[in-house]
Amino acid sequence: MDIRFDIIIEYLPYLLKGTLLTIGLSVAGILFGMLLGLLIGLGEMIRNKILALPFLCYVGFFRGTPLFVQILIVNFGAVPLFLGKTNGIVAGVIALSLNSAAYVAEILRGGVQSIEKGQMEAARSLGLSHVQAMRYVILPQAFKRMIPPLGNEFIVLIKDSSLVSVIAAPEIVYWAQAMETQYYRVWEPYLTAAFLYLVLTLSLSFLLRFIERRLATE
Amino acid sequence: MIKVVNLKKSFGDNEVLKNINVEIKPQEVVVVIGPSGSGKSTFLRCINLLETITDGHVYIEGVDIADKSTNINKIRTEVGMVFQQFNLFPHMTVLENITLSPIKVRKLSKEAAKQKALELLRKVGLEEKADAYPDSLSGGQKQRIAIARALAMEPKIMLFDEPTSALDPEMVGEVLEVMRSLAKDGMTMVVVTHEMGFAREVGDRVLFMDGGYIVEENTPQELFENPQEERTKAFLSKVL
Repeated sequence: MDIRFDIIIEYLPYLLKGTLLTIGLSVAGILFGMLLGLLIGLGEMIRNKILALPFLCYVGFFRGTPLFVQILIVNFGAVPLFLGKTNGIVAGVIALSLNSAAYVAEILRGGVQSIEKGQMEAARSLGLSHVQAMRYVILPQAFKRMIPPLGNEFIVLIKDSSLVSVIAAPEIVYWAQAMETQYYRVWEPYLTAAFLYLVLTLSLSFLLRFIERRLATE
Repeated sequence: MIKVVNLKKSFGDNEVLKNINVEIKPQEVVVVIGPSGSGKSTFLRCINLLETITDGHVYIEGVDIADKSTNINKIRTEVGMVFQQFNLFPHMTVLENITLSPIKVRKLSKEAAKQKALELLRKVGLEEKADAYPDSLSGGQKQRIAIARALAMEPKIMLFDEPTSALDPEMVGEVLEVMRSLAKDGMTMVVVTHEMGFAREVGDRVLFMDGGYIVEENTPQELFENPQEERTKAFLSKVL
C-alpha cells in the first residue's frame, strides 16, 4: 500500500475548509440543541402528563429514528417546504440541532433526577414554590452534573455531522468523497478524514476534562 | 395549633397511617416514638404536606391544609422542618442556605436577611461558618445550620424528623442542645426521635406509634414509668 501524499496536499485546503464547516455545524448543533433541549427537558418534567406529552413525543421521535433519516427528511422535505429550495448547510444545522435537542433534554432530565429527593423537600419545606425550588436549588446542582454528558453529546455530534455529506454540505467527508471520485483512491481521503475527526474529538475531550477538573476543585 | 383528625395515609395498598387523631397546643413539645415502619415520619411529613393526605384533615391554626384551596407554600412558611439527612443545599454557602427562602419567599432585603441569619448562626454557635460550604462541616454542624435555616422563616411550628439519627454519637449532644434551647424559648415542636433521654427531659407529651396508630400518649414521666399498653411495654423494654 503506497500513500500518495501529493493528492492529500492538493486536497488539504478543501479538507481544512471542510473541517471548519464540520466545526461550525457541530457548534451550531450543540448550541441550538442546548437551547431547544433545555426547554424540551423542562417540558418533559411538567407534572401534568398531558402537557408533558408533546415533549415526550419529541424526544421519542428524535431518539427513536436514525439521524440519517432525519437529515433526509429535513433536507428534502422540511427545508424546501419553507425556503422553496433546499440548502445542505441550513438543513444540516437544523437536523443536527433538532436531534441533539432530544439528547440534551434527556441529559437535563437525568441531571435533575440525580439530585437527591431531600433537596426538593427541604426547599419546599422552606416555603419555596416548585418553580423556585427548581430554579434556585435543583437546576444549579443539575447543571454541574450535566457537563460531562453534554461534552459527550458534543463529541458524538462532531462525528455524526459527517452524515450531512449526503446532502452536499461541503464538510470533511464531502471533500474526502470528492477526492476518492477524482483519483479512485480510498486510503488517502478516508484516513485523512479520520485523522481530522480525531484531532477535533481528542482536543475537545482534552478541553472538557480540563473544564471538569476546574469545576471539581471549585 | 395543630389538629389532626382521622388522618389516613396509604402508599398504594400499603396503609401507613390508619387513623390518627391528635391535637398539639402552642408551645407544646410533642415527641413521637415507635418502632421503624410505625408511621412516625409519615405522620410528621403529612403535617406540612410533604406527603399527600389520603383521607382526614390536618388543621394548622384552623386552616385545613388538605383542602385544595389552601396555599400550601404559605402554610409551609409557618412550619419549619428539619430532616434526618440535613438536606443543606451543597452549592450554596451556609449564609446563602439560610437567606434563600427569607429573600425569595418573605421578600426580605439581602441585608436584613443576612443580619437575621447571622443572629441565628450565633444562636446555634456557628457564626464563624457563615461563608463555609456544607461539605466542609461536620454532621452536627450541618444539622445546626439546617435548624437555623428553618428558623430563618420564623415558623410557628418546628418539625424534626429523626434529627440526630444520621449523626456520629459525639455530635448528638450539640444538636439536642440547640433543640432544648428552642423548646425553652417556647417553640411549638413535634419531634420524631429515638433519643429517649431527650423525650423524657424536654417533651411535654410523648406519642407512642405502632402499626399506623397512636397506641398510647402521655406525659414522658407516665409513659416511660408506667406504660399501659402491651406494645408500648414491649417497645420500651427494648430501647430503654
